[in-house]
Amino acid sequence: MRGGRWLASPVMWVGLLFAMLLLQMDALRPVLGWAFPDVTPLIYDRASFIELFLAHLGLVVTASTAAALVGLALAVFVTRPVGSEFRTMIKTLAAIGQTFPPVAVLAITVPLIGFGAWPTVIALFVYGLLPIIDNAVAGLDGVPSNVREAALGMGMSPRQRLFAVDLPLASPAILSGIRVSVTIAIGTATIGSTVGALTLGTPIFDGLVASKLPFVIEGAVLVALFAILTDMLFARLDQRLRYRVP
Amino acid sequence: MIELDHVTKRYHGRTVVNDLSLTVASGECCVLLGSSGSGKSTTLRMINRLVGTDAGTIRIGGTDITTLSPEKLRRRIGYAIQSTGLFPHWTVWDNIATVPRLLKWPETRVTARVGELLDLFRLDPALYRGKYPHQLSGGEQQRVGVARALAADPDLLLMDEPFAAVDPITRDALQTELLRVHRGTGKTIVFVTHDIEEALRLATSIAVMDQGRIVQYAAPLDLLEHPINQFVRDFVGQRGIGLKLLSLRRVGERIRRGESATGQPLPADASLSEALAVMTAQRTDRLPVADAAGHTVGAITLADLVR
Repeated sequence: MRGGRWLASPVMWVGLLFAMLLLQMDALRPVLGWAFPDVTPLIYDRASFIELFLAHLGLVVTASTAAALVGLALAVFVTRPVGSEFRTMIKTLAAIGQTFPPVAVLAITVPLIGFGAWPTVIALFVYGLLPIIDNAVAGLDGVPSNVREAALGMGMSPRQRLFAVDLPLASPAILSGIRVSVTIAIGTATIGSTVGALTLGTPIFDGLVASKLPFVIEGAVLVALFAILTDMLFARLDQRLRYRVP
Repeated sequence: MIELDHVTKRYHGRTVVNDLSLTVASGECCVLLGSSGSGKSTTLRMINRLVGTDAGTIRIGGTDITTLSPEKLRRRIGYAIQSTGLFPHWTVWDNIATVPRLLKWPETRVTARVGELLDLFRLDPALYRGKYPHQLSGGEQQRVGVARALAADPDLLLMDEPFAAVDPITRDALQTELLRVHRGTGKTIVFVTHDIEEALRLATSIAVMDQGRIVQYAAPLDLLEHPINQFVRDFVGQRGIGLKLLSLRRVGERIRRGESATGQPLPADASLSEALAVMTAQRTDRLPVADAAGHTVGAITLADLVR
């Protein structure tokens, strides 16, 4: 029963396609060979795709985890009485963080901390903060006032109200913020390759530099599948959460 | 016993509750009656410190409420509100168990207590324990809300227009239920409403409020028979007073013992308004009256109703 449902879900098919291409990009050789008869090699070979994927994943997980923790903490802070004065300021700062293009962040951070993965992590972190803060604040604000009043009237402490009432009720909104942020980060992480971070963007930029279109296609397809798959997995999590939080 | 002693509350320079004093004896159901903006809700919310006082003291059982932490105080007081405020992500069971769990009761005691309350409010545990609030009707939600307020067996229950948002038939049923629970448990209740009918039905004493003050504090019957001024007279509704009086008096008070009449006997604890309704429906001016055991003990006439 469960297996049947799993089989019918698009998540599994996208996941399967993604895994297959990661491990066996050679499968595309006939198609690419037909489309680009003059290009050799056809398949990117300076690093394995699985290696690139793991490095890409590492960047996204590090940056998004940090953005989620910091963003959520800030959202909780500005929705409590003590932090309400900082609300506008923090939302403005986060908005500025998002208006700043990640490339510009790289241009600032690389001279400061050098090439490699860290400038990319910082750029992704800064860029990913706004959707998390915005959604979490909206979710926490959206806890019905009568429920808040009841929690207070029942004698819950501020901490109990936060963990037993506010956060669970805001969790669908919080999750959707994280979802947007992570999906953006997966796409944006590719530009890390321009400053020496290893990502699925590496074949894209190498391909552009060397005019090898097949590399660009290989990298782009993998990044796209990665982002789509992640988004689908978040959608499932979201459904589960919404079932529990009507 | 609750004592409010010269209590005042101001919001932005406007006095909402003005030097108000009120004593509610244990086991009473005191209704704060007034139109919106009269300060009745604020008064109620000062008792569990959801609103602070600017002057005066409030004592429960002789203890000044400011000597307790707000959380401790609130866990000792039941609180039910109009929109129920049930936690939407918790089942009926978990909602009712809220305060006992905050008080860290052992889980066996919580289980016993929640089961008891579901029974008390005639909610079949097998059917309701696992339901979520959005799966309940308005009346059921309100019953769960009141059950939750009673869960930790508080001596005092504060109710802020709890039945205002439900339809008249459900409201009637909920009032009957509250009366039953009040008589059965002997809790002290402070109940806020703007509905005079509700106040007359539930209250053992009514405090009519206007502009942050108590205009008159009296038993329901007293209030109808001796309204202190024109404001109270207007509030209870001049034309309807007669009918309201009939609904507060019992047939037993006007009975002609030993006399007889024909027809279906009225129970002695029926209200005079019920007697009037039955007489009107049966086109008669005389009915027999029976005691609780069903034995006819006398009769009542139309003239007795207005005596």
